[in-house]
Order: sequence, then structure tokens, then C-alpha cells
Amino acid sequence: MTIDMAQFHQVFFEESFEGLDAMESGLLNLDMGDVDEEAINTIFRAAHSIKGGSGTFGFTSVAEFTHVMETLLDEMRDGRRQITQGAIEILLGSVDCLREMLMAIQSGQEIDTVRVAGHKKALDTELDGQGNTTSTLANDSADQCLGESATVIMPATAVQGWRIAFSPHAHLLKTGNDPVRMFRELAELGELSVRVDFQGVPDFHQLDPEECHLSWDLQIIGDISREQIDDVFDWVEEDCDLAVQALTVQQPVTQPSGDVVKDRPEPVAESPEPTEVAPLKAELPAPSRKQHKPVAKNVPARPAGSSSIRVDTEKIDNLINMVGELVITQSMLSLVGEHFSINRLDQLKSGLAQLERHTRELQESVMNIRMLPINFVFTRFPRLVHDLSAKMGKKITLEMTGEQTEVDKTVIELISDPLVHLVRNSLDHGIEMPEQRLAAGKPETGKITLNAYHRGGNIVIEVCDDGRGLDKQKLQAKAIEKGLIEDNMPITEQQIFELIFMPGFSTAEQLSDISGRGVGMDVVRKNIQTLGGNIEIKSEQGQGSVFAIHLPLTLAILDGQSIAVGDETYIVPLVSIIESINVPEDMVNRVAGKGETFRLREEYLPIIRMHEIFSVENVRATKLSEGLVVVVEGQGVRCGLFIDDLLSQQQVVIKSLEANFRRVEGVSGATILGDGSVALILDIPGLVRLSNQQAAKAQQYYAETA
Amino acid sequence: MASILAVDDSASMRQMVAFTLKGAGYDVVEAVDGEDALSKAKSGKFDLVVTDVNMPRKDGITLIKELRQLGDYKFTPMLMLTTESGTDKKMQGKAAGATGWIVKPFNPDQLLKTINKVLG
Amino acid sequence: MPKQPEMEHSDAESTRGQSASDAQFLAFVLGSEEYAVDILRVQEIRSWEPVSRIPNVNAYEKGVVNLRGAIVPIIDLRERFNLGLSEYTPVTVVVVLHTRDDSGKQRIMGVVVDAVSDVVDVDTSTVQMTPDFGARVSTEYLNGIVSVGERMVMLLDVDKLLKLDGGNDAREI
Repeated sequence: MTIDMAQFHQVFFEESFEGLDAMESGLLNLDMGDVDEEAINTIFRAAHSIKGGSGTFGFTSVAEFTHVMETLLDEMRDGRRQITQGAIEILLGSVDCLREMLMAIQSGQEIDTVRVAGHKKALDTELDGQGNTTSTLANDSADQCLGESATVIMPATAVQGWRIAFSPHAHLLKTGNDPVRMFRELAELGELSVRVDFQGVPDFHQLDPEECHLSWDLQIIGDISREQIDDVFDWVEEDCDLAVQALTVQQPVTQPSGDVVKDRPEPVAESPEPTEVAPLKAELPAPSRKQHKPVAKNVPARPAGSSSIRVDTEKIDNLINMVGELVITQSMLSLVGEHFSINRLDQLKSGLAQLERHTRELQESVMNIRMLPINFVFTRFPRLVHDLSAKMGKKITLEMTGEQTEVDKTVIELISDPLVHLVRNSLDHGIEMPEQRLAAGKPETGKITLNAYHRGGNIVIEVCDDGRGLDKQKLQAKAIEKGLIEDNMPITEQQIFELIFMPGFSTAEQLSDISGRGVGMDVVRKNIQTLGGNIEIKSEQGQGSVFAIHLPLTLAILDGQSIAVGDETYIVPLVSIIESINVPEDMVNRVAGKGETFRLREEYLPIIRMHEIFSVENVRATKLSEGLVVVVEGQGVRCGLFIDDLLSQQQVVIKSLEANFRRVEGVSGATILGDGSVALILDIPGLVRLSNQQAAKAQQYYAETA
Repeated sequence: MASILAVDDSASMRQMVAFTLKGAGYDVVEAVDGEDALSKAKSGKFDLVVTDVNMPRKDGITLIKELRQLGDYKFTPMLMLTTESGTDKKMQGKAAGATGWIVKPFNPDQLLKTINKVLG
Repeated sequence: MPKQPEMEHSDAESTRGQSASDAQFLAFVLGSEEYAVDILRVQEIRSWEPVSRIPNVNAYEKGVVNLRGAIVPIIDLRERFNLGLSEYTPVTVVVVLHTRDDSGKQRIMGVVVDAVSDVVDVDTSTVQMTPDFGARVSTEYLNGIVSVGERMVMLLDVDKLLKLDGGNDAREI
């Protein structure tokens, strides 16, 4: 039977990565003074599972590496080994190494053997250096020793057959072992004769039918090794009296093992004579290890992009319930439809109302499936803070709240990097060195808090620190020096904080390798904006800072405002709409190469005429007075969209235009309206870019023709 | 065909075991840990139990011990999947009533051979 | 060497009759010429329905429609290859095809044609790849030419044809 083991690899990788995460957080949370047994057991179990799986799936290098970790953890678990900070660091390093090994295998790349060897050496040194090393011997070498000794006892070729006295203990059947199974196995090895001994059977009134009182005298002829016999009785050695006796002609068993028997013994005519009775030893070799062959190496890795999601069964059950209700409503409605008369109108109406409710609930539940706790992102931070604070010589504790707050899977995937950057930033620039903190009258240990919660239709993720806070004067001076702002320009506190999101703006005197890694806060903000969110800063000098990220809960649904432009209907995300107004012609300025602008309170905003920028025909409003200007904002850019009319507001399901087509500037996606037609969803920053391009083109044209 | 309860907290191992045994024609029910297995064993009747040892919530040895207490599973073969090469776990398992063991790592052929052996 | 049309589906053999070199193609009319696509690439044939326009794309990319929840672009092949006037009536035909790009990603698209003529059986060993025989569609998009009775039918390479990189490939003759 051939089974393609590769089909289980993806699951193995997934669960191994989860196991590694569990090990990591377990190791980070280990309290050296008071070790929680269950905590260390959880860590051990993860290592154990990875070892078992990698062995089975043929990732020998991983299995070998994990074995050393497991041994170390096993000793810790048993209390044979003290848990030291040093050992934990080594184990943490090994977790990283193992993760890299698995990732390399998964993507079909070479494993960095030098790195692996380094970590393995550290583990081995730790293992040898302290605690009881007997376990390594006991565990692995034991098998080998026994394996060798077995061959010493009985050179297989010398044997003609075996005589076995098998007397099971009374409880044998209650271990699920059936003597018949063993006889069947023996019979497969050679010619078997069985003689049963009834002597042990008690009188009928004393007989317990669940117990075994029989014993057997077995004789098996054939070229069979002692190992093969032992294998058959391997599981019951404790549950029976067993005497195995070789049937040979010559070949004394006591002969030194070095003596190799070259020739097969002569066939013997008479019944072979027993020469020795060897009671079965307690320590028998485990079922032959030679059988194990690593399976299919070099299996093509699954494309890294394939993604799966683990869903709580409760969510699925919920979904099934709703579908059930939907089916009932549907059949009720079709019944009404079949025999419809006007006096059943009420029934129809209530049926439709029910349908609407169920559809909405179903939609919510389906969306809910994509929701994962933010914990998926948070789990990496204890390690990050642990490592980096040690590296920088800072003392920092990390607190996390709201880890169970749920957010869309896509958001989870995309928010991770920006969050890491913010936490690094707090570690690096926020929290002061211990002596500075003490001098400032603060506790020596700084605190970083990650906090997630829902507010309105948004999720808010905060990164707080009690460090030095942002230095407004320094920021302002730097911005002036860089020519980003005017010397005497009045500027609000919030605007000063915003400066750190400008490209190329960094206040750290020296770029450290902690947060100065080429990507700046500008990238962080851009990534967050790509997700449809924004970031706010609150900071008090000397007291600390709070970076609050606001994100939409899901990227799959948005609250939209439908607008009419000629024959077309577009959707504008409701969050980006500020107001809609009538703009009189005389409030508009026309600037060559920059298009039209109008003044809204203190600001000049560009006007984007939707029908022009999208070349829509049959427009109703060509003059500003005939239509509406919708003031919108996206990624910090404001503009006015000139449209025919506002239509309705509705929740729309975002569909990709790229799935079957390609990206189109000014459009972020599409949706299907109630009547089944398709409406494009507008991308405000894209529209502004498009408008600037067209204006520039127009100016170029003007310059060329003038 | 005989029905088998396959217990392992590792999804990949569990799937491999289940896939192999189903491929050989056995009815297989999967359980993710000892607790899960116990409740599944109570609501059905299996001809063989094959279980991992080290699992959260309830380990394989405790599972075997508790199953043996149930009338239905007094004589049922129960095999442990164990990576522990030392004799400790095996002996603990035997004391709890295990029939035998399969040492990890094993390949599908070895698994099937052992299961076939037990179920005859 | 004539290029063998791709056999993607396992049930391809049964639908293609006895000979392994037999393939079925859906033939349709574009202007005055007849073209065909591998029938295994055809998902369905629909009548024209109004589309939602996509801004600032080629004129032959007519827009998108909702096809059972998927947003599917509609391409007018007549317009793309300058093969005559595009009029849209309820009897205008849209052939929905699935294509595969270089990365193996599958896409669904609708193409507008003048009329579907029939399904033709083609012995793929008789397909000829003439270097240039004056068709309005560049040979780059053709898998070859084949004669069906009296007619000459040009076999279109669906994947190349519908790459949708925004280019305009109509030839001026």
C-alpha cells in the first residue's frame, strides 16, 4: 500500500508552527522560581509532537534536532534538571532554528546546516553540562545496546526452530491481547504445532470466564531469528511466563558473538533437541527500528501563498442553523407563491421580512468566520520585547489586553508588520534606560501595553509606553532643519506629532538596528491606510506615548453611499465622505495645470468632475449648480467629487475587480447591487492621482499648442 | 469491517493514521484528545483503539485506563503510539491495560501491518 | 509542428470521441471570418446584457457583469480586431471562457462575437500553422488553421488572447 505522505505535510507544518509558537510563549512565561508543571509539560508536548511528526514524515534532520530539545525538556519536566535562564535562552534560540528549518523544508529550500549545528551544539553542551545525563543513554542508546545483545545471544543461522512455553497470566485477555493473535503470527513465521495445557483451569464454580487459565507448549520449525519470536511476544512479556528454547543441532549459544557462522547447519532428520532454555529478558528491544525508512524527501512544497483558516466549530454550527432556517423560509415562500391569492399578501410580506433577516444574519455569520482574535498577532510580542530589551539593556514588561478581540483575517495578516514597527519604536525611542528612568523618578522597569478593543465599526489597537514621550521642540526643530515646515509657521501639537510620519523623518540621533531599519513611520502609516485605517498619536513629554491604530473590522464589507453619474452608479465608502454641498460657480477658481479648486471654509479643495475623469456619457449635471459636490477624504487627501446625485446608503460586499480583470486606477473594487448589476467602488486617493495626471496632461497639451 | 478509534492531538499524525486505515477499508473515527476519545468511545463501539500518549486534557494512558473500566472495552485491543523509546511509558501503558504499542516514527505500512495483526 | 490543444479535463477523452487526436472546438463568426476556441474552455454561452463600464480602459473592454456573484469582464473581439461594427442587440452572443495566466491563475471572461456557428470536430493532426495567411487576428493569437468541409476555421489561443494587459493588437491590413 503506497500512501502519498506529502498530503499530510501542510497540516504538519501548520501544527508545528503553532506548536513552536506555544513553546515560545511557554518558555517566555516560565517562572524560574516556581515552575508550573503544566506549563513545562505543554512546552514538552509541542516538542514531542514535532519530533514524532517529523520522524514520521521523513524530515529526519528536524526529528534529530527536536530530539535533543525534547531530552532537555524531559529532564526539566521530571525535575531532574534545574531550569535556568541560560537554558531557556538556548531553547528559545532552538525554537527559532527549528522554525527556520521547517520553513526551509516547506518552501523546498536548503536547511542552513551550519546554523543548525551551532544550535544543536549549544543544546548538547547544555545537556552535558548540567543535570542528569543518564536519560540520553537510557532513551536511545538502550535500544542499540539491546539490539546488539540480542544478536550476541543467538546467531540466527544456527537455529532450526524454537520451542516456546507460553503461560499467560490470568489477566492477559484484559489487556486486549488474544493468544490466538500470537499463534497466528507465529504460524506465519514457520511450521507451528500447538499443544494446550488445561491443567490450570479451575473447577467450574470457581471459573472466571474473563480470565485465562490455559497455557501452551508451542513448537515452531523454520529459519527464524530470536528477534522475530520476541517481536511476537513483545507486548505481553509482562503478562505471561515465557520460556523460549532454541532447537539446534550444534551451535552452542554461549559461543562468542565474534564467531561468524558461515555455513547453514546440516538439515537434521530427527526432531531437534532443546539445548538451552533462555527466560525472556525483561528489557526487550523495541520493535525493530531498522524498519523505519525516511519517506519521500524532496517533496515539492506547497505554494507558500495557499492559506487556510481554522474555524471554531461553534461558528460552523451557527452557520448550519441559519442555513436550516433559510431553507424553511424558502419552502414557506414557495408554498405561498404556488397558491398565491391576494389574501395571502400578509403571509408573503412576513415571509419576505423573515428572508431578509435570515439573509442578513447569514451574511454576518459568514463574515464572522473570517474573524480571528487579534491574539494571532499579539503572540509574537512577548518574545520580541524579551529579546530586544535584553539586547538594549533596558528593563521592560509587556502587558496585553483585549487579545480575544476579533478582526478580519486579512487585517490580521497585514497589521502585523506595522505593529511590530510601532512596538520596536516604543522599545527603542520610547522607554528610557533604567538609570535614566530612576533619575527621572520613574520605576526602573518600563512598561509597554498592547491593547485591542472594538469601538463602533472599528477595531482600535493601541501601543502605549510609559517612556520619555515625544519631544515637540526637537521634532519641530528637526522639521525646520529639513525644510519640511516654515520657521515661524503656527503649528498645532497634533501636527507636530504627525511629522514623524513624513518620509525620511527620524529623530533618533543614530539609527539603531532596532527600529531604524530603513522602513520608517511613513511606511507604517501607509500600510495602515491601505487597510482603510488611520493612526493617532497622543504623547506627554516624560510620561509616555500612545499610538492608536483604528481599522475597519473587515475588508470584505463596507458601508457605502451610492452615487449617480450619468448612466453609471458608483459606490463611495461612507467613511471617506465628509459632507455634500452645492458649490456655486463663483466660488470656483481655475488654475492652469491644476484644474478647478473651490474654497471650503479655510481650505482650497480640488474639484474632480466624475463624468470627465471617468468619461461617462449621458450626464445630467454638467454645470456645478446642476449637481452636487461630495467632499471626501482618503489617506489625508481631501477633494470634492462632482456628481449628478446621491442615491442610497447600503452595506456592500467588496468584490475584486482584479480576480478576472486587472487593477484600474481610481477604483478599489466592485460590488453587486440589489438589482444584480455591478457597481464600481471608488478609491479616493486613486481618483486624486488620476485627476492630477489628467490635469498635467491638459497643461502639457496647452503648453504645446499655445 | 472493523471500526477503529484513532486518537492524536496532532492533526497531521491523526490524518495520516486515519487515511491509512480508511484506505485499508476500516471504519475510522478520529478524536483529538483523551476526553474527546472517551466520549466518542462511549457513544459508539470500536473494535480497536489506537492512541497517542502525550496529549492535552487527557493523556493516552489515562484514556486506556478509563476505557478498560467500561464493560464494552474490557477486551478491546488498545494500541499506544509512542515516541518514548524508554520502557517507562510502555510499562505505564501496560499497567493501564494497553494491548501494545507502535513506536513513532512509523510509516503507513508498519501501522497497517500492526493493526492487521491485531485485528486478524 | 502543430500545437496540440491542451487537454485539461480528465473526461476530455470521452467527449472527444474515439481518436485521441480528435478535439472539439466551438466555432463563431467575427466579421467575415470564422474562428474557434477549444470547447473545454467554454463555460457557457449567454446573450448580451448591459454592462457596467470600467473607466479609462480600451474601448474593446466593454465593462463588467455579474455572473452568479463573480465580476466578469466582457471583451468585444470584433472591436479588438477591427472586424466591423459593434452593435448590441438581445441576440448578440457572449461566450464565457475560462483562461489561465502564466502563474496558473484562472480567470473568467466573456467575449462578444457576431454569432456562434457550431461545434466542430477537429483532427488535431490536420491543424496547420501557416506563418501568415492574412487573417485579421495576428498569428500570435492563433494556434493554427484547420479546414472544416469548405470552411477555413482559425483556432484561437484563449490564454494569449485574453491576457488583458491593456494592449491593442488589431492589425492594420
